[in-house]
Amino acid sequence: MRAEYLIIGNSAGGIGAIEAIREVDSDADIVVVSEERKTYSKALIPYYIAGDIDLEGIYFRDEDFYKKNNVHAILGGKAVRVDFKGKEVYLERGSRIKYGKLLLATGSEPSIPPIEGLLSEGRFKDGVFTFTTLNDAIEINERIKRGVENAIVLGGGRIGLMAAEALFKRGIPVAVVKRSPKIFPAVFDENASHLVARQLEENGLQMLVGRTIKEVRGGSCIERVVLDDGSELRCDLLIVATGVRPRLELVRHSEVKTRRGIVVDRKMRTSVADVYACGDCAEVYDFIHNEFRLTPLWTTAYLGGRIAGFNMCGCEREFAGMSMNAMHFFNLPVFAAGISNVECGEDDRYEILSAMEEEKKRYKKIILRDNHVVGILFVNNINKAGVYLGLMRSCMDVSLFKEELMSDDFSLIDIPEELRRGILG
Amino acid sequence: MRRVCCDETVCIGCHLCEVWCIVAHSKSGDILKAFLYEKERAIARVRVEERGAVSFAVQCRHCEEPECVFACISGALRKDFRKGVVLHDASKCVGCFSCVLACPYGAIIPVEERGKVVKCDLCEGREMPICVEKCPNEALFIQESERE
Repeated sequence: MRAEYLIIGNSAGGIGAIEAIREVDSDADIVVVSEERKTYSKALIPYYIAGDIDLEGIYFRDEDFYKKNNVHAILGGKAVRVDFKGKEVYLERGSRIKYGKLLLATGSEPSIPPIEGLLSEGRFKDGVFTFTTLNDAIEINERIKRGVENAIVLGGGRIGLMAAEALFKRGIPVAVVKRSPKIFPAVFDENASHLVARQLEENGLQMLVGRTIKEVRGGSCIERVVLDDGSELRCDLLIVATGVRPRLELVRHSEVKTRRGIVVDRKMRTSVADVYACGDCAEVYDFIHNEFRLTPLWTTAYLGGRIAGFNMCGCEREFAGMSMNAMHFFNLPVFAAGISNVECGEDDRYEILSAMEEEKKRYKKIILRDNHVVGILFVNNINKAGVYLGLMRSCMDVSLFKEELMSDDFSLIDIPEELRRGILG
Repeated sequence: MRRVCCDETVCIGCHLCEVWCIVAHSKSGDILKAFLYEKERAIARVRVEERGAVSFAVQCRHCEEPECVFACISGALRKDFRKGVVLHDASKCVGCFSCVLACPYGAIIPVEERGKVVKCDLCEGREMPICVEKCPNEALFIQESERE
């Protein structure tokens, strides 16, 4: 088999690439290979577990997406090796596909801390799950239906917190075990961490911060966990949500350059000609930090795939991404973008505007560098937040309207007319 | 690309675009019923911004490269490149508000109590968006352009 465009992975990055290629070229052969049989949104797993949507709702594109886009999809197939010189991908059952251009959208996998007793005969004990695949979601759902008495979530990042809330909504008592004293420290500062932790606790989650799990007890089934302070908790469902790491099997010991992830340029090209990468497996360009870094987010993956797709077809585009998180915790909305976790006085490159309203659980923080917005962190205050992202993307000097930035209803009209016209068109 | 534009030099800040947007997106399509009797009042997808004497209406720009669509985790938002319109399928929306964070115009409106967003659909099915039709000073007008 031969494909002009061969894409490995059918999540956000792969889909983004297909949609971009088809905007430019309606005929070229596109082949997608993925271990996953369905095209679903990982970001919807918490909604499915919580019971907000059914399994149908988790699919990100219609069933006939590949057919409509004239894409040959090999789902449930696995690429095991790439011959980058011969431009050929080997699949699990021996078949081979030659390619013109290759996109690696292989995503990430959960990173699992070494905890005594987590495994039984080389596999997770019964009742232990990660929270990243459709298979995880279905198995957790089945497990909940059989009855769960005490759930523990290990990890206080985005996935862990959303998992905890979802389980709680199914009527299960949940404790979150979190090593660092702050929750979601990659994104939250002290204030945001405090407000969100308060929100979670007031709604019934138990937050065990500054703790880790030392040992998991039970036979083939999990029965209890032992924390680092020696305390024991009963537990028949454990979610391990301690971050993800890029899947690099296909490029290990190959000509494709890697650091923590696959190295790409702003056109999503790897170090090997005609090979592109995007999404969680790649280190992509972050224009706020002005560096290439792992950014395992849905939007980044989709947009990276889109830019890769265009460039694969010869339409030159450059990728510029940033960290962006829209979250909600028991209906308390939290938005963060760019550099959001830096504290006041911590780093004198940054000017920080902030207002905290403890009672109302409202918090608004804007981070400036040389009179440019480089980050926002809003709790319970999301209306028109995107306007700030517009300022970030356009790298606009805000010195003329800095005083307005913190107003509750800041909007386009607060931007001086000349600058505004450039935005509104 | 097709979108509604506002000439802010003639916008009088009357908010009638918001009123008629509510009517056009109500169940009944009748102004009195829409405001008085419908259980859940429709939400305006256009918002007038005002500071002193300056005012203008903002609604979805139906961007060439729509950040909201790229941010959508559920597939509820999509761009119809043929018609040049960004569409929102409320039945697929989970209310994650990623699009609200992504939109540089603040044109996607979060409805927190309903766990959804609403946005301008250019009055699908009507020949002319109702805000344009009803604008008393012709501040709102439709702009169409070929894809660059």
